[in-house]
Amino acid sequence: MNIGSWAVPSVIFLILSFSLLKKTDIFESFVGGAEKGIATTVSIIPSLVALITAVTMLKASGALEILTNFISPLTNFLKFPAELVPLAVLKPISGSASIAVFDNILKSHGPDSEIGRIASVIVGSTETTLYTIAIYFGSVGIKNIRHTATVALVADAFALVASVVTVRIIFGCP
Amino acid sequence: MLDLIWSAMMIISIICAGITGKIDLLSNAVLEGAEESIKIVIATLGVMTFWSGIMRIAEDSGLTNAIVKFLTPILKFIFPDYINEKKIIHPICMNIVANLLGLGNAATPFGLCAMKEMQKYNNSRDTATNGMITLLVINTACLQLIPTFLAALRKNYNSSNPFEILPALWLSSLTALTVGIALVKILGTRKQKSKTKSNALCKNF
Repeated sequence: MNIGSWAVPSVIFLILSFSLLKKTDIFESFVGGAEKGIATTVSIIPSLVALITAVTMLKASGALEILTNFISPLTNFLKFPAELVPLAVLKPISGSASIAVFDNILKSHGPDSEIGRIASVIVGSTETTLYTIAIYFGSVGIKNIRHTATVALVADAFALVASVVTVRIIFGCP
Repeated sequence: MLDLIWSAMMIISIICAGITGKIDLLSNAVLEGAEESIKIVIATLGVMTFWSGIMRIAEDSGLTNAIVKFLTPILKFIFPDYINEKKIIHPICMNIVANLLGLGNAATPFGLCAMKEMQKYNNSRDTATNGMITLLVINTACLQLIPTFLAALRKNYNSSNPFEILPALWLSSLTALTVGIALVKILGTRKQKSKTKSNALCKNF
């Protein structure tokens, strides 16, 4: 039993009972929203194909392994799994690229391994930071973003550390 | 940016495979990767469809608005400059709620709307205000209750419990959010001190 297992059923329960009380058209709403969900998923296909293919190539060529080996003295010192470095680097820049790398990690290590769990927490607790900053400030023509990028990236770094620490505490050290 | 990353990934792998003699594996990878991506789409399509439907029910029934009302007092603490600006606080709230429920795509328009409203009160048009920086940090901390896409990917590789990582994920997000907001508060007072006197936006209300 895990608190995480309660999250989805509780949210569904809450939403359905609230809507029943309010007497809104539940099924009609569902169908409308679901249709949009399909459209969104389909719209990410091109970038997903592009990036997953590139990551698969990177893996097959041995380049990912070379990078991991190269960086492992530093990550060993920090007790951060070297396999997760490409994910940590790409996540602030591109959503599809990090999904591609994440998918590769799940495939090679399994979702229930320590690396798989930490990778999941990293993906779920960090955002495509630099991309978001560009979109938000670009929309209103702000050029001097002051300390935004620094703060956001420092917060991301804390999320990385917290991902490793929380997974090791909750699921036990290897 | 993505142009460069994407091409670099492929060019590096081609060069690397050429040197290490893994060119057979690489040409297979092109086929495999493309196939793999469609498998991922199919594996996640069902959950994404279902969850978008559920979230639309929440939106249409007014539950989202109820959560917004609940969050407003907290937001007034985080955005002290806009306490009386409903036009700013409301879209920020909607942005946060959409993010919490894992509706990243729905969150962005609200966030941009809040940015636009905050820009109206900005004295120096091309410089970010403390409120804007705070909104950005909240968005990049990515606090979400149920990351559906993530869970669907985990399930695709036969996780025994795709949601087991949620508590760790919430804690990690909260850490980033707390650190981010604290830093914005510290750096913000230091750098804007001289400006706030002339920029007494909501103090008159």
